[in-house]
Amino acid sequence: MAPELNGKKFLLQGNEAMAEGAIAAGCRFFAGYPITPASEISERMSYRLPQVDGTFIQMEDEISSLGAVIGASLAGVKSMTATSGPGFSLMQENLGYACITEVPCVVVNVMRGGPSTGLPTSPAQGDVLQARWGTHGDHPVIVLSVSSVSECFSIIVTAFNLSEKYRVPVVVLSDEVVAHSRETFTIPAADSIEVVDRIVPNVPPEWYKPYEDNSRGVPPMAAMGDGYRHHVTGLVHDAHGFPTERPDEIEAFLKRQFRKITNGFFEIQITKKFNIEDAEIAVIAYGSVARSAHRAVAMARSQGIKAGLIQLVTLFPFPKSTVVNVMRQCKAVLVPEMNMGQISREAKRVNTGLTKVFKYNRIDGQLISPVEIFEELQKM
Amino acid sequence: MFSGMTELRHKYLRHHKKFPHVWCPGCGNGIVLGALIRAIERLNLEKDDIVFASGIGCSGRMPTYVDFNTLHTTHGRALTFATGIKLANPSLNVIAVMGDGDATAIGGNHFIHAARRNLDLTAIIINNQIYGMTGGQASPTTPYGAQSTTSPFSNIEHAFSIAELAVAAGASFVARGTVYHAAQLDKLLEKGINKIGFSVVEIMSNCHVQFGRRNQMGDPVTMLNWLKEHAVSKDNGSSMPPDSLDAKFTIGILADTDKPDYIEEYKKIRLKAQRG
Ligand SMILES: Cc1ncc(C[n+]2csc(CCOP(=O)(O)OP(=O)(O)O)c2C)c(N)n1
Repeated sequence: MAPELNGKKFLLQGNEAMAEGAIAAGCRFFAGYPITPASEISERMSYRLPQVDGTFIQMEDEISSLGAVIGASLAGVKSMTATSGPGFSLMQENLGYACITEVPCVVVNVMRGGPSTGLPTSPAQGDVLQARWGTHGDHPVIVLSVSSVSECFSIIVTAFNLSEKYRVPVVVLSDEVVAHSRETFTIPAADSIEVVDRIVPNVPPEWYKPYEDNSRGVPPMAAMGDGYRHHVTGLVHDAHGFPTERPDEIEAFLKRQFRKITNGFFEIQITKKFNIEDAEIAVIAYGSVARSAHRAVAMARSQGIKAGLIQLVTLFPFPKSTVVNVMRQCKAVLVPEMNMGQISREAKRVNTGLTKVFKYNRIDGQLISPVEIFEELQKM
Repeated sequence: MFSGMTELRHKYLRHHKKFPHVWCPGCGNGIVLGALIRAIERLNLEKDDIVFASGIGCSGRMPTYVDFNTLHTTHGRALTFATGIKLANPSLNVIAVMGDGDATAIGGNHFIHAARRNLDLTAIIINNQIYGMTGGQASPTTPYGAQSTTSPFSNIEHAFSIAELAVAAGASFVARGTVYHAAQLDKLLEKGINKIGFSVVEIMSNCHVQFGRRNQMGDPVTMLNWLKEHAVSKDNGSSMPPDSLDAKFTIGILADTDKPDYIEEYKKIRLKAQRG
């Protein structure tokens, strides 16, 4: 019998908590290729999955890892892979395949310094826009980020749930600091975790149209082997799944991809607020920088500065309405990031003259500290 | 009353949905598809239990036409998707069809690792010695000295021997056939699908349009005759690869070995893990 971990307290690093979150979400297949600082996710999955009748496989690279993950999901099993920048670049091809075929899966990118081999053991947030636009072609995407060990667990569960519900790949961005920090964490009781499974068809197989539109824009998904023989292709396809070159079918198909995500904005765009109610200035942060920002806001408050924080858990679709509301209320916002300004770009895009957007950037492989953010807040 | 072949067509082809197909008249892909269907019929497999996956290329269109669980993946990656499907549901029969460029250029790494790993999959590689779909560029199996649209003066690279490569990489079952030797091809595919472990069937085929035309074999009959004249049956001697337009090459079964496949091995891993 596999050991029962639910309800017990552990000293876990972020990567390990991600593996546990995945298993709690129902993930039973993992394929990956070793890379710092993500390897501990693979290692823990190689140990844990066979305990719960799941399957782990180490593939020959990240292209094949995501290929195998998509294949397993097509056969009805919740699947995940985890990597860092160089591997995430290799995954872009099959990430697009998961988008166009609407196959649920979770891809974790534990960000390290880039480009190329970059800074393998240092944190960075340089892959944010790659997560949004890395694969070619117009496509909607869900990108989540984590800032603590407990979020590594809970946000992976959310990632699986959104992926299953909307039939999209979900990218989870972590970073080297979150991945390797150890915190005490109690794995929640199994029945306290909400788990969403994809909707499967309930019509007779001869009626099943695997890509037929409906009010949610998310067609039910049959697993291969369940009697609903159908075709899956990376070519743009019609409601039956067969390639089409008809402009009306192409447009309807691609627009549905966007519509299904837009319909879900309310639950997909996750943010966390701290001291925002009466804030006059605000920090917009995500990942490990949000931890520093939280502390900086507390420091500012103790000095009488009315500062607040919105932590972006969802980076894309960019939580525009929440951010805009804070912009209306504040005389300035600060976006600290371990890149040259990828989310501050988004903030500037949605700021139609409402406030002043300041950025604060570090790309030297060092975490942005609370004091640095506090000093920026004092200047604002 | 339908003839046997008509019955098979009705049973296996998505005839009312996906025809006409994209292949040129006389293309060897149709012979491969016929052989595959006959092999599956003889093995008495349920259509629901078959997954037929492909990469990208003319060969990549093959799954579109048959009534299985079908999957048209990315270029070179069919075996990676097949790996995930088989591991997620080992009761499925997973067959992948690939072109020579698909399997040995962009997908070469996946191919040798799938062979090494020995997961129970069947890989069919249609070797037409050229990139067909993109217009006749040189592939890793274009013979030395041949003409192509990217070797207009002569190909100075040497051809991969796909079947021999599969043997060296550890595949449990390896065979080579041709679209001329159709009766033998049925049997090779049947054996390959039936084999537990990774099986490879390399099929020498004719692309008279993109390969033959530039190499004095511009029609299917000439190319089929070329296959007939250059293929020799495997005796007990060593195998000969199809690496030049003049040399003979071996057809038949090149390897048939028994070793535990990945699924069997992984069952043991689960037992160990669950013993705690
Ligand atoms: C990543 C990528 N690179 C290139 C292509 C373009 N492409 C489509 S088919 C093909 C070659 C097909 O040749 P082969 O695999 O020998 O199969 P055939 O068409 O001869 O059956 C190429 C290069 C692609 N689809 N994807």
